[in-house]
Amino acid sequence: MASDQHNYSKTYFWNDQKTRAILYQIITAIAVAWLGYYLISNVQQNMERQSIASGFGFLQKEAAFEIGESLIEYSAADTYGRALLVGVFNTLKVAFVGMILTTILGTIIGVFTLSSNWLISKLGRMYVEVFQNIPVLLQLFFFYALFYETFPAPRQALNPITGVYITNRGIDFPVPAPHPAWSAMLWAFAAALVITWLVNRWSVKRQERSGQQFPMFWTGLAILVGLPAIVWALFGAPLAMDVPELKGFNFQGGRNISPEFSALLIGLVLYTASFIAQIVRAGIQSISHGQTEAAMSIGLKPGQVLKLIIFPQALRVIVPPLTSQLLNLTKNSSLAVAIGYPDFVQVAGTTINQTGQAVEGVALMMLVYLTFSLLTSAFMNWYNKKIKIVER
Amino acid sequence: MLKNFLVGCSLVLVTAGLACAENGDTLKAVKEKGYIQVGVNGDLFGFGKADQKGVWKGLDIDTARAVAAAVFGDLNDRLHFTPLTAKTRFTALQSKEIDLLTRNATRTLGRETSLGLDFVQVNYYDGQGFMVPKALGVKSAKELSGATVCVLPGTTTEQNAADFFRSNKMDWKTVTIESTAELSQAFYAGRCDVLTSDASQLAGLRASAPNPGDYMILPDIISKEPLAPAVRHGDNQWKDIVDFSVLAMINAEELGITSANVDEMLKSTNPEIQRFLGVSPGNGEALGLDEKFAYNIVKLVGNYGEVFERNVGVNTPLGIERGLNALWTNGGLMYSPPFK
Repeated sequence: MASDQHNYSKTYFWNDQKTRAILYQIITAIAVAWLGYYLISNVQQNMERQSIASGFGFLQKEAAFEIGESLIEYSAADTYGRALLVGVFNTLKVAFVGMILTTILGTIIGVFTLSSNWLISKLGRMYVEVFQNIPVLLQLFFFYALFYETFPAPRQALNPITGVYITNRGIDFPVPAPHPAWSAMLWAFAAALVITWLVNRWSVKRQERSGQQFPMFWTGLAILVGLPAIVWALFGAPLAMDVPELKGFNFQGGRNISPEFSALLIGLVLYTASFIAQIVRAGIQSISHGQTEAAMSIGLKPGQVLKLIIFPQALRVIVPPLTSQLLNLTKNSSLAVAIGYPDFVQVAGTTINQTGQAVEGVALMMLVYLTFSLLTSAFMNWYNKKIKIVER
Repeated sequence: MLKNFLVGCSLVLVTAGLACAENGDTLKAVKEKGYIQVGVNGDLFGFGKADQKGVWKGLDIDTARAVAAAVFGDLNDRLHFTPLTAKTRFTALQSKEIDLLTRNATRTLGRETSLGLDFVQVNYYDGQGFMVPKALGVKSAKELSGATVCVLPGTTTEQNAADFFRSNKMDWKTVTIESTAELSQAFYAGRCDVLTSDASQLAGLRASAPNPGDYMILPDIISKEPLAPAVRHGDNQWKDIVDFSVLAMINAEELGITSANVDEMLKSTNPEIQRFLGVSPGNGEALGLDEKFAYNIVKLVGNYGEVFERNVGVNTPLGIERGLNALWTNGGLMYSPPFK
């Protein structure tokens, strides 16, 4: 029993687990900081010695190259900074639209795979297997080639509806000609959104209090459509359209959705949706079947069972992996460069080549994608917290 | 101090891909490993592309062979090629991945000063042009207002085209695709009205089109593209070697020396030829090479005229005239300083 008589009162601080843990962390932090400093200063020194230009001064210089499509005003006379901004917006555009579409499509396919209808469930499973197992780059090449190989040249444009033209240069469609009414309608729509939200809150409260249901869907639709329509009528109901017209080589006027954007969007959406379908299926299957039976037995319809009982619980399982799939979509969008969509990576690549400032260019790329990813996951984490079951 | 520097150098090499070039380093390293690592196009017929048997051919390849002949005196597996894209070529040189870049790169002030590299003697004077389908009925680049143009990214081509359309106040749209193969496929399928690139490259792409006869290259040349080999900045000896290897081919043509008659020329009494071929020594030593370096180049590779005609000349599928690339005595720009 000699071991029991050890004197525990006198321990050295390096024997204390807590102190040691903190010490290790400090040492690690110092080592990392030193390494970072060492690398950066070395890169700078070597670049100076090799007379490679450095710094971010190039952002102010004239870019002198054209970009295929842009959400903001841009010409070759603008700066590299603005060119890069065009790239950021183009990436955001495809990522934002892609995330929404892929979530919707993925959810539908996921529900399909669980359908009791044999055909629908088999089709859903087939979709998942096909799109999940073909590399996304090949899918992009395929859809892009499909666009420019199958659709005709502008002079033989397909014209399915008046004013809409489908060619190997994309889809040209009319848009309303500029008029003050449009911006007023946008404000009206925003106001309608707020009103709908308020009405919805009131209707939920009323239902909790009295059990009476309120036809929220139709009311909301009426407000959202009605308010802008009234504003439109007040402005004298402008009807002038900016219709695309064949002038010279291409269609002028209206709006154009390019084959590059379409191919990238379709490719990313279909590919990512196959993964989301699996996540949704797993999420729904994680809810015990007894819940469905219980819900049916109190008289809920199948749609209501899904909406009120299954989804709220399944979402807790679905959202975290869904977040990482949406991040994947954003990151995969950098494959745009292969099919000629001017996303951020492509613009940054051209910038690097013209200025020769690879270190700065790559740093900017990392910064932009990191910001996209962190913002997306911050939003999804917030949403995840919101839908978490409140434990009482 | 030195140890610190070396450690720093290798660390940075690994992390940032930058290298440290010192005078004489490259020749020593190349001789030690027994071959030269060369960055080439890999996809450009007539300039740098492997044939069906995997043998590398082209004007840029022959330029690299001239350097190897000068350094080693033979061509037995003395060249290892790295195919590079327009975007990666300069970084590959900076990071010491390659010793020499012969990849139809345009010499510009910006590249020379900010990329840490030195260009040497031009081996092909090029200019940017436009290729269109004949069916379009366009006769001049000035008629291209409103057209959709296919461009390779990360090249001077992008800027030249933008400058041209801007200065002529014409509207245009670009489609920019990374790989030449994908880009030309999109062009042949009609995604764009026009394909723009260096005229020599257009000739190569046209030769590989599904129906070469359906396409024409417009007469307008909108830029100066002096294509030159490049080496890392800082190693002057290596730069001189590459520079004078290219010049030796030009000088040989000026002196009327070909791969066929070079052995006879050794007996020439012309002091200029004697100096050039190393019969009277001096030039080789000055460069740190064998006295016979120029002889070896002409014997193993040929003079500039031979190299040009073999790879891109009128009797090849590219069918390019000498034009600017003729000797100065024939109204071209090829001119060599004296070898003495």
